[in-house]
Amino acid sequence: MSSNRESFMHGKQLTKVFGFGQQKVTAVQAVDFDFHRGEIISIVGESGSGKTTLAKMIMGLLKESSGTIEYKGKTRQLKRHAERKAYWKDIQAIFQDPFASFNMFHKVEKLLLDCIKLQGLQLTKDERFAKMKEACSFVNLKFEELYNKYPFELSGGQMQRLMIARIFMLHPKVLIADEPTSMVDACSRSTILDMLLKLRDENNMTIIFITHDVGLAYYISDTIYIMEKGKIVERGTAEEVILSPQHPYTKQLIADVPKIHEAWNLG
Amino acid sequence: MNHSIRILLKSPKFMIGTIVLVLMIAFVLIYPFINTKDPLEMMALAFQPPDSNLLLGSDNFGRDLFLELVYGIRTSMMVGLIAGVCATIIGLIFGLASGYMGGFVDNFLTAITNIFIVIPSFIILILISVSIDSRSSLVTALIIGITSWPWTARAVRAQTTSLRNRDHVNIAKISGHSTSRIILSEILPYIASYVVMAFVLQTASGILSEASISMLGLGPYNTISLGILMNWALVFEAPVAGAWWAFIPAAFSIAVITFSLYLMNTGMDEIFNPKIRS
Ligand SMILES: Nc1ncnc2c1ncn2[C@@H]1O[C@H](COP(=O)(O)OP(=O)(O)OP(=O)(O)O)[C@@H](O)[C@H]1O
Ligand SMILES: [Mg+2]
Repeated sequence: MSSNRESFMHGKQLTKVFGFGQQKVTAVQAVDFDFHRGEIISIVGESGSGKTTLAKMIMGLLKESSGTIEYKGKTRQLKRHAERKAYWKDIQAIFQDPFASFNMFHKVEKLLLDCIKLQGLQLTKDERFAKMKEACSFVNLKFEELYNKYPFELSGGQMQRLMIARIFMLHPKVLIADEPTSMVDACSRSTILDMLLKLRDENNMTIIFITHDVGLAYYISDTIYIMEKGKIVERGTAEEVILSPQHPYTKQLIADVPKIHEAWNLG
Repeated sequence: MNHSIRILLKSPKFMIGTIVLVLMIAFVLIYPFINTKDPLEMMALAFQPPDSNLLLGSDNFGRDLFLELVYGIRTSMMVGLIAGVCATIIGLIFGLASGYMGGFVDNFLTAITNIFIVIPSFIILILISVSIDSRSSLVTALIIGITSWPWTARAVRAQTTSLRNRDHVNIAKISGHSTSRIILSEILPYIASYVVMAFVLQTASGILSEASISMLGLGPYNTISLGILMNWALVFEAPVAGAWWAFIPAAFSIAVITFSLYLMNTGMDEIFNPKIRS
């Protein structure tokens, strides 16, 4: 691991304030982070702690109220469309709710066709189909069964796996996965986690895994950030944070999970 | 989309409204080919009651009121349709820009919209009509259109604001699609049924607005519309002469057309709204 512990993404004092006056909500407050290549980082916190807001700022989908993000040694600039497009070539995401992630008016294969277009590849119809088939088989889906279908004809687990197939086609450098397993059943959950691990191993992808589940974070990640009410209260390697927590909030999160020390049974 | 149309065909309200309108449009489009006379030609004495020759009697100039009514319905429907299209397009553009872009653009456009909502549009309508001398029915339709878009704009803005933070929009953004493409393919389809409903209502209110300003004598010149028929009946004292046929049929036609449009709208509302909410 030490060979690729090259730090390439930093957040400095990231803050997001929603609304103003009486309704002011500081969703994310002075968050610092360092992400390394090929690492799986978990951001753990309870509902409303600001995880999604932080993720959207890192994605460049929400403008930060203050603070900066440094990417590849430079301060990230996202004013122009071309800059954003270049940034999103490197950084991709999977969201919490697979049903909301699909445009219900488009057939599902459009998601994958858009990936081919995005990469600017000029392919024949057969080549496009081959690419989409390959991506689907990576996530254990049969392309033939999905072809020509609308999102409402799919299950949540199938949709979320298609989102991973999209990531497989785009092979970004960083993937932000915002609670990708919170809306799917236990069986799909373990396959989805395995696929994320496989993506990291095959492409040296950095994965930022957002979850409210400390046990899951311990199982999957190298580094854990604990978030409480918009602040990072503790960070460190998974072992440090879970096995010898320092902050009372971390201790409480761990205490709330029964039998954390037993191995996760992910069949 | 095909799916939605199929459900619509099962809605009795929508179907009744549509059938009445379609029959009416077909009739007023075909009848002038059967009866090719000029509607402004004098046929009889003034205020003759309906008989087998003049189905709706004659007006103060002795013109065939039935023929005038047919032409009046044509003009009124055209004016309503053009006003509806115009109001819907302006409202859609303002609402989409304001809702999707947010920030300064939103504040600016919302301020303009609110100004238009606060000033009663009928007053603006009268002022503009007075200041334009030669109004064709097209000009009248456009004036009605540009005074009635704010409600559409406000509704479209509200829907767009709630849609733009949805995850499928985020996925489209991080896929590098342009803003115009995102609006066209990620936002517009979700509000399309709503926009069609707003268009139907705008058309109905366009027909009513035309009738109102025409009754005040501020409607289009050199044409016959339902409002103008009512205006003539008023100016030449048809009610005093007891010539009910000079204004009742026109008023009834306005009622039937707008009622059919409202029926269509309610039918669509019942079908699309649960889908929008879910
Ligand atoms: N667009 C917004 N406008 C105003 N407040 C917001 C907005 N988005 C989030 N918030 C507020 O910011 C806080 C953090 O929300 P966020 O969605 O980031 O939490 P989360 O950790 O992702 O929660 P969950 O686990 O439920 O997804 C919440 O108090 C929320 O009400
Ligand atoms: Mg969240």
